[in-house]
Amino acid sequence: MTESTWMRRVLIGIALAFLGLVLIVPLGTVFGGALEKGFANAFHEVQDPITGAAILLTLKMAAVVVPLNLIFGISAAWSIAKFDFFGKKILMTLIDLPFTVSPVVSGLIFVLLFGAQGLLGPWLAAHDIQVIFAIPGIIIATLFVTFPYVARELIPIMQAQGNDQEEAAVTMGANGWQTFYHVTLPNIRWGLIYGVILLNARAMGEFGAVSVVSGHVRGLTNTIPLHVEILYNEYNLVGAFCVASILAFLAIGTLIAKVLVKKQGEL
Amino acid sequence: MNPLKIRNILLLIGFSIALTSISPALAAEVKLLNVSYDPTRELYQDFNTAFAKYWQAKTGDTVTVQQSHGGSGKQARSVIDGLEADVVTLALAYDIDAMAEKAKLLPANWQSRLPNNSTPYTSTIVFLVRKGNPKGIKDWEDVVKPGVAVITPNPKTSGGARWNYLAAWAFALKKYGNEAKAREFVSTLYKNVPILDSGARGATITFVQRGIGDVLLAWENEAFLALNELGKDKFEIVTPSLSILAEPPVALVDKVVDKKKTRVVAQAYLDYLYSPEGQEIAAKHYYRPRLASQKYASRFPKINLVTINELFGGWAKAQKAHFDDGGIFDQIYAGAR
Repeated sequence: MTESTWMRRVLIGIALAFLGLVLIVPLGTVFGGALEKGFANAFHEVQDPITGAAILLTLKMAAVVVPLNLIFGISAAWSIAKFDFFGKKILMTLIDLPFTVSPVVSGLIFVLLFGAQGLLGPWLAAHDIQVIFAIPGIIIATLFVTFPYVARELIPIMQAQGNDQEEAAVTMGANGWQTFYHVTLPNIRWGLIYGVILLNARAMGEFGAVSVVSGHVRGLTNTIPLHVEILYNEYNLVGAFCVASILAFLAIGTLIAKVLVKKQGEL
Repeated sequence: MNPLKIRNILLLIGFSIALTSISPALAAEVKLLNVSYDPTRELYQDFNTAFAKYWQAKTGDTVTVQQSHGGSGKQARSVIDGLEADVVTLALAYDIDAMAEKAKLLPANWQSRLPNNSTPYTSTIVFLVRKGNPKGIKDWEDVVKPGVAVITPNPKTSGGARWNYLAAWAFALKKYGNEAKAREFVSTLYKNVPILDSGARGATITFVQRGIGDVLLAWENEAFLALNELGKDKFEIVTPSLSILAEPPVALVDKVVDKKKTRVVAQAYLDYLYSPEGQEIAAKHYYRPRLASQKYASRFPKINLVTINELFGGWAKAQKAHFDDGGIFDQIYAGAR
């Protein structure tokens, strides 16, 4: 078995080196850049009201996108895994669409739909509803980009479990909601939380689609990733790295939450 | 009830009605959106504060001006698609023409509504080189020499880049006297360009932060900003013998201000750009003011400047001949690869 041990070490070595090169070093650069002028300065940068507005907008957007996509994801996964119906294959393909479409194109779709020259533009203008270049547009674009996450996580779990337990519950007189709450939900709980965490991470970090529909109004329609770009372009490298660090912390926090959830799930 | 009491009550009621009807006018809060191009960030940050102060002193209203910045062409596109800009302050007239033509957001004669072709400040194109000017770049002829890496953004997306291109063309045209030579000169120049960024600010970052290239073709104000932000010990500005008078125009977006009922304050905002205070702020940020500045006059070296109207017959013509799909830029850039 000496050869396989040797092989294993090489593989681990390659994996670690790769991880270090593409993940640890860049992340270190971000934090290093943020602290270039010291902790006090980094703290000062983060307290800037426009940065605050970007953070707030990102959190608000996630607070809308995550519950909506949670509901959508559960209902899509539920209907695909538990029922047979015409067009099921098409629905599954459609759910994967945001994974295959470039985020910039996703953003452009909504500009073509809701923009002033777009399909719904004149109607929206007549009713004085601003979608694109305002918060609704940012939310819709993020919804689109992130909607596969929960469904994709749940479908395999639900399919693996089959319908037996639900059928038993219904036979015993449970209504639809009771069946879902007492039977289905406990079974998919960990997959669900895992999906939500991924969804949240992507929603907060999305750049391309949001950049197209944002309008980049300072302090109003800039999310954290867009604000990082602005600071960088204004020669405020330290500021850019500070705000990028916040995003990195949010992502790392999400990943730690993911690991904890996984551990719980295995118990 | 005694009549005096009734009179007092009536007075009180009348007074409170008067108060409620006046108070909104006393403390009105107005928000304007200025959609601008890349290098004006620092200028408008300063100018907006000054205007808010001026407007409050004059009318008592609080005005907050919000900013959006990006490549000029891209910003125009956003306004056409529904970004509700009360005023636009872009890199070149053609981008505002597009808003008038494609979305009817303002009348076609917008440029004649404000003094000086609606351009309260001007700029020009200069060279930024590394300290000590190791490649000895003095004029346009040195930029096209073999082995000189030139940084300039993409004229398809960047307003500044179109001014760069036209400045080079103007130089060659004046020097060699014919279009064929000018075309040859400009195509040699683009053979020396390793990266085409999408906006002026991106190109500056490529040159100063990433250290790529020997010379950056830049807005004069952008070159000065880079010099001040990143150290006079690293770069220096070279002024060519001839350059172009770049006129970045400003305009009121009629459709938006009428909808938002902000016409008066938006108009005052643009007028304030022409006031001595506004002109001084422009000069402070290295834009050439229309009123001669006392304090900053020495910053702006005299350059032989040509205008787009005299050499290219205006923006619409220049755009069509040089930058539209299949135009001269497309032809020479395809040849340069």
